[in-house]
Formats: sequence, structure tokens, C-alpha cells
Amino acid sequence: MNYEKEEFFAPGHGMCAGCAAPIIVKWVLKLAGPNTIVVNATGCLEVATTAYPHTSWRVPWLHVAFENAAAAASGIEAAARAKGEKLNIIAFGGDGGTVDIGFQALSGMVERGHNVLYVLYDNEAYMNTGIQRSGATPWGAWTTTSKVGNANPIGKLQPKKPVARIIAAHNAKYVATANPAIFNDFKKKVEKALSYDGARFLHVISSCTTGWRHDPSKTVEIMKLASDTGIFPLWEVVDGDLENMRITYKPKKFKPVEEYLKPQGRFRHLLKNPEYVKKLQEQVDAWWAKYGHHYNP
Amino acid sequence: MKAMIRGNESIAYAFKLARVKVIPAYPITPSTLVPEKISEFLANGEMDAEFVPVESEHSAISAAIGASAHGVRVGTATASQGLALMHEVLFIASGMRLPIVMGIGNRALSAPINIWCDHQDMMSQRDTGWMQFYAESNQEGLDLGIMAFKIAEDERILLPAMVGIDAFVLTHTVEPVDIPEQKDVDDFLGEFVPHYVTLDPEKPATLGSFGFPEYFMEFKYGQWIAMERAKKVIDEVFEEFHNKFGRKYSKVTPEFLEDADIVLVTMGSMTSTTREFVKKLRKEGKKVGLLKLTTFRPFPKEELRALLKDVPVVAVVERNISFGFGGAVYAELAATFANESKKPKIIDFIVGLGGRDITFKTLNEVVGIAEKALKEDVDEVNWIDVNKEAVLKAEGLL
Repeated sequence: MNYEKEEFFAPGHGMCAGCAAPIIVKWVLKLAGPNTIVVNATGCLEVATTAYPHTSWRVPWLHVAFENAAAAASGIEAAARAKGEKLNIIAFGGDGGTVDIGFQALSGMVERGHNVLYVLYDNEAYMNTGIQRSGATPWGAWTTTSKVGNANPIGKLQPKKPVARIIAAHNAKYVATANPAIFNDFKKKVEKALSYDGARFLHVISSCTTGWRHDPSKTVEIMKLASDTGIFPLWEVVDGDLENMRITYKPKKFKPVEEYLKPQGRFRHLLKNPEYVKKLQEQVDAWWAKYGHHYNP
Repeated sequence: MKAMIRGNESIAYAFKLARVKVIPAYPITPSTLVPEKISEFLANGEMDAEFVPVESEHSAISAAIGASAHGVRVGTATASQGLALMHEVLFIASGMRLPIVMGIGNRALSAPINIWCDHQDMMSQRDTGWMQFYAESNQEGLDLGIMAFKIAEDERILLPAMVGIDAFVLTHTVEPVDIPEQKDVDDFLGEFVPHYVTLDPEKPATLGSFGFPEYFMEFKYGQWIAMERAKKVIDEVFEEFHNKFGRKYSKVTPEFLEDADIVLVTMGSMTSTTREFVKKLRKEGKKVGLLKLTTFRPFPKEELRALLKDVPVVAVVERNISFGFGGAVYAELAATFANESKKPKIIDFIVGLGGRDITFKTLNEVVGIAEKALKEDVDEVNWIDVNKEAVLKAEGLL
């Protein structure tokens, strides 16, 4: 059954104009169809779509708290097993609820092999509380807790946590990074993730116009640049086989990282110093030098 | 069937007999034997359920919420630090009106780390919106475990419930227990019907949504009403259980109360010791009574007022402490009588923290101070069996 014409995520919610998360959710649900239960970690998506007595969710939806979406999903899946049901159980969490505070519950869920698809919409900081740094914030990004000043001209001093690789290393059934701006690849991966049984994890980049500080009309453009500059590589791993990671997307010609940084206020300070831009470019080049041979469209 | 079982097994049998469908649990001393016993039931094909061996107590209660929201009967067990780790999620289970039942092996909280009995763990969850029952024996643990499901799932209530069994004194101690027949428990509980909105793709609903100030208080008032209504439903279920199984339960159980000058209020296993002590005092001609508190949430104010209003001195003997005030039971009992014209003098006794034995010597000291209180003023809060001199020296006061 093809549900691409049906909406399971209703408009009228309070997500910001230009936020990528609703694009991700809308398409995951279209591809999953109505036989689905959603679990949502605390975060923008939960807050802005379920202001009682309204809801944007046309599938059953549960929110418990910030750090336990994966645990709540584990419980639903156990109940579904007890009832002999077959349905999609999909958890959505931001980078805070997934990479940091919710990491333990996620690790447990994946290790136990629950039949759940966990979708991380990664906007690279705690945006719901107002742009604080997370484990998923990239090196050099300004946030309200990695501020830029005379003593720290860089912003966040640590690199992004490679959460998808870590989850893949749990021997999860299927792990992929995805980008809704590279739509065909994104769609294929959602479909593929839905086709498997077991613990599945999609790490989806999700621009936040207020946190990344860009014009709301530029969301898709900027997210596309994330993969076209190589800073957010798109790959997949089945059964934890990281040796055989498959890079699914590579631009014909990589754009310089600077093009990704330029339209985003969070990186403005880096552009003042070519050394910083160079350092970030080197990080990207190093990743591709190490893993580029995995490209296999 | 009579069997010699430990308190933890009482909880496991209650879950088995209640045909619990999902048990997410994380081991912690002294309640570890609950998931172990469940695992044994499952391995032997004696139970049809899903055990979720979660990676923490936080995830145990979170998974319990997920499973309960999907419309099945759920039980779990923990103690002490594990219960404290669940704290934020306990509010969510009750706020979402999910009738989860949890066995607690009542144990002290760190620091210093201590695995033995007191009631600090459950008392610290007083305001989470869970009903609280304290068992005196393993039989009570099993019976209250079964009854907790019936009370929690009643469509007038829909609140989660905890059943406390004292660390080691009950959890690890073998006692003779009458394990009811499956058929009788099936009759008593009936088929599980979730009287609440579940996660059903046929009828999509949003559970756990965002409540703005204009709606929030109504949700809380609903929980308040449910907890108030639970008082009557608990009585009904206790009565029905008595009729079916022959064992009588009450929220508060008075013993030797007639003409008593002093009444000792107790909870959990210390009640058994206290009962023997009171019997001894009665033989000596001392007018001392006993009042066992089985239900702490909802707090049985009405029964306590009726039973204790004419008693000269009530001695609350309790295994918990709220620093800066006194014991939790003392505080609640004192508040229960705050607006009454006829009221007892209420004195607090902090005993048995971290598994310190509660003996006749302990109770003798309690009654000594209570007797003094018949004639003169005594301290409101009295710590018994403590090396006060050593502490006062360490604090630089001696």
C-alpha cells in the first residue's frame, strides 16, 4: 500500500517556519503508513505538535520524558509481541534525547534488539531549550553554552559524537545517515529501514533556522550543502558490519566546506579566520580519506 | 496451595497469578529475586509474558509505561536507589493514569550505601501519585500484590500502585504462604480490560501531550479525585478478597485498642515484633495498643481519626526520616488531627533505619517515653537505638 498521498502528520503545528523536523516526520509516516505507533522524546517536535487538546498526529503517539523514548518504545514492542501484533514502532528523538541524555536507553534498546525504528532528527544542539551545545554539535559551532569570545574564538571545541557509528557497532539490524534534502537517498533508506525486523536507527540531519541562524527559506539548500560539502556523509550499515559500510551518496565534485558555513550565523566567527575554515575542511577531508573507498552507489 | 517462599517470590507469584503480560525489570538488592523468579517461570513455560531485561530502573518504568499504554497488564519490581532513579517517571505513570503495579523491597537510600531495610525509598515517592501498600508478611505481599491490580485497574481509579515488602526481613525470608489457585485469581481479577485510552492504530490517540496552564490543574485534580475515591475502592476490593480467599485486610488494623493509653502505629514487618511486645505488655497489665498502617497512599485519615481520637498518646514508630521535620507518618498523622478538637498527643520515634534491628528493647524505650508523655511534655521526634554521643562528638557538640 502506498500512502504517499496521505498525511499522518497534520499541518497547523507550532514548529518554526523552515524547521526540517516536520519534513522528516511527514515522510517517515507517509512511508510507514497507518499501522504505526510513534514514541517521541521530549523536545521541539513533542512540544510543538501536541498542545493539549490539539494534536498533529494521525497515528497513535506516546511521549513519556526526555531520555527514555527508546525504553518506552521497548515496552510498547514487548506489549505488541505479547499480543502477537505486527506493526511499525517508530521513535523520534532530537540529538539531546538521543545522543546525550537518552543514549543509555537507546543503547539498551538496540542491544536487546527490539523491533523498533529509531529516527534521530539531529539539529546539532539543544534547540528546545534555546541553542545549547550537545554531543552532536559540530566543532566550531557557536551555541549559547559554547559561546565565542576573546578567550574562545572557536565556539564548540570538541568534534561531533559519531552516534550512528556507535549504534551500528551495537550490531543493530540497520543503521543509516540520511538527509531529507538528498531526497531519493533519504526515501530509500526510510523504506529500507521499515522493511527490516530488529533495531534500526536513522540519523537524519535536520536544520534549525533559529539555532543555525539562517533564513528559513534556505533550509533545504543548506542541508543539501551539508552532504555536498561532505560534512554530513550519507552511508548505511547492515547488521553492524562497519567494515562493509556503504557510502550511498557522493557529489560529482565536493563543494568547499566554506559554502556550508557561509549562510549560517552559528559559524560566522569561523569565517573571520581562514585557519579555522581550513581546520574544518581538513576534518572533512580526513573523514573521506579514511572512509571514501566505501562509496558504492 | 501452601508453600514456603521468600517475599520476592510472593511478588513474582502475584504477577504470575495476575497473568501480567509485560515485566520490564532491572535487578537491585534486595528485589533481584523478583525478575529471577519471573525468568524461571518463563523458562519453565509456567507463565506467558514478555520479560524486558532493561538496562536501568529508569528504563524499566519507562518501558512499563509504554507497555501499559499499549493496553496490557504490567508489573515490575525495584528498591531503594532503583526506585529513586525512577522518580521523575513515576509522576508520568500516575499522570497518564496507567495502572502499573510495582513491588518494592523496602531498602535504605545512600549515603552511606546500605542494602538493608527501611521505608525511606517508598516514603520519598509519597507525592508521585502512586498508591502505597506496606506488607507485614510474605502472605500480605502476595495478597496485596494481587489486590493492587484490581484496585489500580478499577475504572474509577486508574492509578499505579506500589507494594512494599521489607528488605531481607521479608524479601529473603522464607515463610509459609497460601498461594491461591489460578482459577480463583482469574475469577477475582477478571480479564484485563484497559479502561483508558491506549495506543491503537485503529483509533489513533495522542498520549502524554503538552499541557498548558489552562489545562494542567484539571489533570492534577483528576488524580486527586481518583486517589480520594481509591479509599472506598480499596475497602471494596479488600472485602471481596476476604469473601473469596478468607484473609482479611484493612487500610488500618487496630489491635488491643480498647481502653489503651498508648497506641503504637507501625508499618511493615516491624508490626509482627510490635504485636508480640504489646501482648507481653498487656499481660503485665499495661494499657498499650497497636495500629498497623497498610495503606499509606491514600492516607486513611478518616479511619485514623475515628480510631485514635480518644487515645491519650499515639507513638508513631517509623523507619524513615524527613530531615528538618521528622518522620513522614508522624507528619501526616499530626496533620490529620490538626483541625480536630479531640486529638491524641502524637510522638514520633525514628527506628530501624538501614536495617538496624527493631527489638523489644527498642520498643521498650519507645513505650517508656510514651508513658512519660502521658504526664509531661517530651520531645516531638525521638531517635531510638542511636549512639547519640558519638554523633554529637563528631558534630562538635560534645
